[in-house]
Amino acid sequence: MPRYDNRIGRRRTRLHLWGTPVLSVMLGSMLVAILPIVAQSPFMPPAGLMMLLAWRVLRPEIWPLWIGFPLGLFDDVMSGQPIGSAGFVWTVILLALDIEGQRHFWRDYWHGWFIAALALTFAVLAGWAIVHLSGHGGALRLMAPQLVLAIGLFPFVVRLCAVLDRWRLP
Amino acid sequence: MAPPSSRRPGYDRKAQYGLFATYVIAIVGAIVSLLLLVVSIADPAGFNALRAAGNEITRPVAAGLRALVMGVGNIDEQIAAYINAGSQNAALRRQVDANRTKLIEADAIRQENIRLKSLLRLTETDAGTVAAGHLINSTASSAARVARLDIGSGNGVQSGMPVRAPEGLVGRVLRTGPNTADVLLLVDEGNVVPVRRTTDNIPGISSGRGDGTVEIRALNTERNPFKPGDIVVTSGIGGIYRPNIPVAIVARLQGDRAIAIPLANPGRVELIVVQRPFRPEEAAPRADAPAGEAPPANASAP
Repeated sequence: MPRYDNRIGRRRTRLHLWGTPVLSVMLGSMLVAILPIVAQSPFMPPAGLMMLLAWRVLRPEIWPLWIGFPLGLFDDVMSGQPIGSAGFVWTVILLALDIEGQRHFWRDYWHGWFIAALALTFAVLAGWAIVHLSGHGGALRLMAPQLVLAIGLFPFVVRLCAVLDRWRLP
Repeated sequence: MAPPSSRRPGYDRKAQYGLFATYVIAIVGAIVSLLLLVVSIADPAGFNALRAAGNEITRPVAAGLRALVMGVGNIDEQIAAYINAGSQNAALRRQVDANRTKLIEADAIRQENIRLKSLLRLTETDAGTVAAGHLINSTASSAARVARLDIGSGNGVQSGMPVRAPEGLVGRVLRTGPNTADVLLLVDEGNVVPVRRTTDNIPGISSGRGDGTVEIRALNTERNPFKPGDIVVTSGIGGIYRPNIPVAIVARLQGDRAIAIPLANPGRVELIVVQRPFRPEEAAPRADAPAGEAPPANASAP
């Protein structure tokens, strides 16, 4: 690899441009299905949703509104939630963020983290409620470590997406 | 920083229609998700093919990583064994001597047991083992406590089969794919197991709490008879689980419920065995079983 490569006007295929964010979210969803841990309580943060929100915070125009449906269904298959759970929750989150984006024009680091924290809280609580409706799961307080991890690790996921973004763009 | 203005198409008709279409597709997607959700809650075994496909994709990686983690995880124990070898050797020798006499006694008791059982015309059914496998991963981000097995319908595993480890009961099979199966763990709220106390056969019900413990409630007494230190095993009432599989040890009392810790920790068990569902009527026809005590056969179905 040359030490100084051209960083301007690189050739990028559509697959490279659009596949990178989609694939990174899918890998995030698969993370929990790949880790060989038999957990006694739900502690893993929803990595797929965190990737989705990180891309949304970094590049607000990147996701078409309907992307929550296919990516959410994939996440459901991987995470073991009832099918349709993340498909619904993620679409609702993207719609809500869209409305929010029309109301609040200016955005910065803290604003991004705050809306991501709200979205993650909604997703974790809704996921718990859906599992509870289907007669499984446990007490609500068991979701607290997962929520704290998800909100706390979110800035790192945004950094990861920023690195991927530099590799992605021409 | 101001956001880009792709959501403000201005006078461009085509862009306006395109924007409108994304809203319509998104809302339709949300509604379809809700319908899927209702279907999958009503029928937990639904979308089996979809889930099985997902499990099959991640199975090789998870199983490979699991072997790595188990190997690395045991290194400290092996090193400690080397360091303690001398003193451990002497202690183990004493233990072997003590155990030998106990083994001989146990052998005699087993012989006597067989003789008594043949006198009572009780036929011992086989353990009903279908297949043996490993737990490779679990739903660590979802509230449902479900683990995944590296064996599936190709090995004869079917949904509803009990899963146990040498240490005790692990759960029962929820869904199966060709080479994978989902196991509803004992600690899930939806898993209800009829149990009895080992010392005096007091019947109870074990249900999960979702945090690695189960709660034991007595079936037919007013106040809770269970005390810390009690060991409960499956009673075999209502079928599915074979009798006398170790379930949990009571740790503390909380009101009229006893909080117990499962004897088989799914995170540490090496090997698990899938068994055929137990049917009490074919093992030993018993007419005197009180009907009020026995929960319905599908009591533990979600």
